[in-house]
Amino acid sequence: MATKTQEVEQKGGQSRHRSLGLSDEQALRIYEVMRLARAIDERMWLINRQGRAPFVISCQGQEGAQVGVAAALKPGYDWVAPYYRDAGVVLWFGMTARDQMLSFFARREDPNSGGRQMPGHFGSRRLHIITTGSPVGAQLPHAAGIALAFKQRKEDGVAAVFFGEGSSSQGDAHEAMNFAGIHKLGVIFVCENNGYAISVPQSQQVAVQNLADRAAGYGFPGMVVDGNDVLACYEVAKQAVERARRGDGPMLIEAKTYRLTAHSSDDDDRRYRQAEEVALWRQKDPIQRYAKYLRESGSLTDAAEQEITERISQQVDEATEYAEEAPDPTPDDLARFVYKQEPRF
Amino acid sequence: MATRTVIEAIREAMDEEMARDPSVFLIGEDVGQRGGVFLASDGLFKKYGEYRVIDSPLAESLIVGVAIGAAVNGMRPIVEIQFADFIAPAFNQIVEEAARFCYRSAGDFNLPIVIRTPYGGGVHGALYHSQSIEATYGHIPGLKVVAPSNPADAKGLLKAAIRDPDPVLYLEHKRSYRLIRGEVPGNDGVVPIGKAEVKREGTHLSLIAYGLMLHYCLEVAEKLATEGVSAEVLDLRTIKPMDEAAVIATTKKTGKVLVVHEDNRFAGIAAEVMAVIMENAFDSLDAPVMRLTGPDVPAMPFNHVLEEAFLPNPERILAKAKELAAY
Ligand SMILES: Cc1ncc(C[n+]2csc(CCOP(=O)(O)OP(=O)(O)O)c2C)c(N)n1
Ligand SMILES: [Mg+2]
Repeated sequence: MATKTQEVEQKGGQSRHRSLGLSDEQALRIYEVMRLARAIDERMWLINRQGRAPFVISCQGQEGAQVGVAAALKPGYDWVAPYYRDAGVVLWFGMTARDQMLSFFARREDPNSGGRQMPGHFGSRRLHIITTGSPVGAQLPHAAGIALAFKQRKEDGVAAVFFGEGSSSQGDAHEAMNFAGIHKLGVIFVCENNGYAISVPQSQQVAVQNLADRAAGYGFPGMVVDGNDVLACYEVAKQAVERARRGDGPMLIEAKTYRLTAHSSDDDDRRYRQAEEVALWRQKDPIQRYAKYLRESGSLTDAAEQEITERISQQVDEATEYAEEAPDPTPDDLARFVYKQEPRF
Repeated sequence: MATRTVIEAIREAMDEEMARDPSVFLIGEDVGQRGGVFLASDGLFKKYGEYRVIDSPLAESLIVGVAIGAAVNGMRPIVEIQFADFIAPAFNQIVEEAARFCYRSAGDFNLPIVIRTPYGGGVHGALYHSQSIEATYGHIPGLKVVAPSNPADAKGLLKAAIRDPDPVLYLEHKRSYRLIRGEVPGNDGVVPIGKAEVKREGTHLSLIAYGLMLHYCLEVAEKLATEGVSAEVLDLRTIKPMDEAAVIATTKKTGKVLVVHEDNRFAGIAAEVMAVIMENAFDSLDAPVMRLTGPDVPAMPFNHVLEEAFLPNPERILAKAKELAAY
């Protein structure tokens, strides 16, 4: 078994997406979901800074890794266990701008949690997005369990789990990878390595350069990929998904990326990051980079770009308006859903 | 009806539920080839195979976490935590994850998971093979906690727990495993979660307990009877949600209540029972509600003198009950 960490080379050329089996339409859809994730996030910051909503946690800068991997999965069949930054993942799996805004304003109709959780705590049984809590790392064993159930039923479904490099230090990460390795479960471990866990840099988090190296210790391959190159992420994820469906077991994908905002609306990243570093990564923005590629490959015309922009701003406007007006939960909602089945006598 | 020990009843319940429903499976340390350290799953690995009786790695958080994921994806896992004393590594998965899944998703997700674990002392298990954990986990909304005392309840409550749509912590008193025998009904003797049972009718005072202590209380009631004191004995059976109606009813009937458990005293189950009585049956009381519990020391020591000093026994329960009767 290959446990060597591999670097995925960025292949040049005008039709990378086509050589990966993506039609122009699919390539544009990936672009649109990345942009939608970004646009929703930007709107949330605006509203937060105006004092109209208390909290934002961002996907900005990581949309390439998120949508690139998600696009290799089968929504509604495969499962995802996202973490709080993964707006790109859940939008790809069928969440809408309105869903996100309902969460953001913590409204009763919020499909993730009925306004109970902070924004970014995704979950939908219908969309095969497992509900997420705040303690980081807990979702990795869940993904292993989802994949175990697929294996028990002899189905070829895949569970993709997403987490930060900081969260990879949790014991649950080790326990889940170990178990998935033992049983060759169809789990895709996706580490979105953005270099920081709040303020703690990678050098204080792990002693290795590449988190993907850890996969060797669990008996499956690890791959490092440029997380700001959406097609590279798609390519690696596609390989991982094919392996997993064949029953060859898990893969650890380390997508090297960067968050372009502070950790959350309650953080001031100037206390631990240099402005120059952030500026440098802004130039590597995965959305701009992908747009450039799509234009150069002739897949994205000015007219198409214009249409996408309009569609997105319309969705975000509509979602914001709807969610801000939507009713709050009532005090009676507080005691609901503690159990699926309350014992009564 | 057949006669079974507690451990046999547990095994039979798992076997019947696994035969009935292919989504039921067992995962835990040593549960496969060996059949569990107490042999609760003896024979099931052979019968159902390695993907329905899974020997997990030695990692409790993983075991519960995997069960959560499998439950989300259509399975009904039974988790065995080898000893209650080793459940702490899974605390986050049980309390922050499993117990909150339904609430945090506003009812979108629910987890049909049973976490079985041997608890309790009196077997020279020392600090780390004797602990009681019911108060700790009983405090957590979103969990159901049961503690059967006899084979019929062990079987019936385990079946109920397996069929329940919510996470259930199923506590097995390890001293009772082979000590307690009793009749067990055939296939569908499901015992509802949340229902206490009067094990002995009485009029002068009530003894409320569960698990091993329930048997000590029955012994004490027998002795009291020879001295002309009529004791009612209530088996809580389910810790959470507690059968408050049954607690109130026995209090109103006798006016005197002694609660017994081996778990630590502070904020223990007895404290909750006493609060329920104060809130709902104060006017019926003829004496202060009393409790006899394990002391507030970390756990049961190995040395037999210290172990006996920790664990309530029939003599001490009898003395306390006499104090209550004489009040
Ligand atoms: C168990 C736990 N400890 C601490 C926290 C507080 N916390 C939230 S996010 C975070 C940093 C996570 O960093 P990383 O995993 O790298 O993800 P990133 O935010 O960088 O995407 C911390 C410490 C938490 N949510 N859970
Ligand atoms: Mg990070």
